[in-house]
Amino acid sequence: MKITEKEVDYVARLARLHVQESQMQRLTQDMGNIIAFADKLGELDTEQVEPAAHSIVVENVLRADEVQPSYAREDIIANAPHKQAGCFSVPKIVE
Amino acid sequence: MSEYEAVIGIEMHAELSTKTKIYCGCKNEFGGEINTHCCPVCTGMPGTLPVLNEKVVEYAVKAGCALNCSIANLSKQDRKNYFYPDLPKAYQISQFDIPLCADGYVDIPLESGTKRIGITRIHIEEDAGKLLHDASDTDSLVDFNRCGVPLIEIVSEPDLRSSEEARVYLETLRSILQYIDVSDCKMQEGSIRCDVNVSIRPKGQKEFGVRSEMKNVNSFRGAIRGIEYEIARQTALLEAGGQVVQETRRWDDAKGESVSMRSKEEAQDYRYFPEPDLMPIRIEKETVEKIRQELPELPHVKRARYVSELGLPEYDAGILTEYRPTAEFFEAAVAAGASAKGASNWIMGDISRILKEKDILIDDVPFSPQQLAEMVQLIESGAISNSAGKKVLETLFESPKAPKQIVEELGLAQISDEGALQKMVQDVLEQNPQSIEDYKAGKDRAIKFMMGQVMKLSKGKANPQTVNALLKEELDKR
Ligand SMILES: [Zn+2]
Repeated sequence: MKITEKEVDYVARLARLHVQESQMQRLTQDMGNIIAFADKLGELDTEQVEPAAHSIVVENVLRADEVQPSYAREDIIANAPHKQAGCFSVPKIVE
Repeated sequence: MSEYEAVIGIEMHAELSTKTKIYCGCKNEFGGEINTHCCPVCTGMPGTLPVLNEKVVEYAVKAGCALNCSIANLSKQDRKNYFYPDLPKAYQISQFDIPLCADGYVDIPLESGTKRIGITRIHIEEDAGKLLHDASDTDSLVDFNRCGVPLIEIVSEPDLRSSEEARVYLETLRSILQYIDVSDCKMQEGSIRCDVNVSIRPKGQKEFGVRSEMKNVNSFRGAIRGIEYEIARQTALLEAGGQVVQETRRWDDAKGESVSMRSKEEAQDYRYFPEPDLMPIRIEKETVEKIRQELPELPHVKRARYVSELGLPEYDAGILTEYRPTAEFFEAAVAAGASAKGASNWIMGDISRILKEKDILIDDVPFSPQQLAEMVQLIESGAISNSAGKKVLETLFESPKAPKQIVEELGLAQISDEGALQKMVQDVLEQNPQSIEDYKAGKDRAIKFMMGQVMKLSKGKANPQTVNALLKEELDKR
């Protein structure tokens, strides 16, 4: 897959990143290289191989359904840039 | 003008009734004070790591078994990326390409018979927080208590063809989830929400029409009304020569209409990728088999059994089995000696009426199924009349005690003693010579009138069958 500035711009927008015009060429090239590298894997026949989402083989890391103490409300919102009435406060959302 | 047929698919999100959230030990409980069931994990603080709750996997597999799905031997979780203030990590952990359960079905009871609805998949995911819009004019406030509450999303095939089928499908799913005890399915607490896909096509056409998706409908009634609205809207569009646009719409229940949210051109790209913080889930065949074995009798099986074993009408069986606690109450009453039809009549009739009046569920009935059984037996043996039974029932709701004791305290025992009744019958006949003549002249109403007089004389305690027989006997003598 050929990566163009259009794709870089699209991905940046999805991730809410502001990309400077001057960075565009380098980013496009980097991203193209990464995709090309990943595409290489597609040349292998993996028909009989289970999908691997991780490089280490550890499965079923689970915890028991037991209640642990939650944090005090003041501590949870302590670092919020804006807060009121015990809540995180964000600019009004209009649907 | 061609006739149209609707094609409907539903994604139902149900909150699981685990004790804790999906990735942390915070309480999964509705109604806590704002932001008090929160910790760094479920509020997405940097550097924290999620650990999957084993019950979430078990419950999802249980639902998969109950809905005839195949359970993935190996499954994984994925990140679904989007920005919204109720989602502190800016991604929701969900499942993308390998859901826990897939390829199932559920049979729904329709008037025309049973219809099989395909279940595409069931996956696990975390719920988002809740935005409070009304607290301030300039800001929205965020409560993260619900953030990280475990959900299963049940995706149906586009097999539903009308709002009525959709209603039965939703009710069937709710009933099954309650039976297997994985979700309490309380709509008013938002523990079930639906996304509904609707398209229409000319009857007989194989290809699907263009669909719209209604997001986040939070009541069954809303879902049904929304579907009806969409079918009407799309039909009007096509008939006017227009075209349906693929889009997401929001159902506004207060206004009774759906409004466009965003069209397909700017559709969300969630950039799903495998969740690096969570390891794959492997489920052995034996584990699945064990869960399958332990499933309780499901509502449709119970329903069939009530008809075949207990001889109940299909209608009664359907109502009694819809909600598991009702079925359990009924079965306990029958086990305690009530006739199936008797227990069923009282539960479907007066008990459910009183429950509605009091706005409580059968779970909160103050008396026991055994007490209901005793009452039914008193009626069936002729010890009390049906109308006395109603009084006993009302008393049971107020201050539950043994029905026999209530009958004694209220003096409700039915008079079946022929001697006593004979006396009353003769008194009534002597006072009403005109009625005797009317009866002889063939007027049926006359005997009803005299029955009424005897009942009045006995303060409603006379056994009506005995009175009727005695009256006829006496009248024929004269
Ligand atoms: Zn937490």
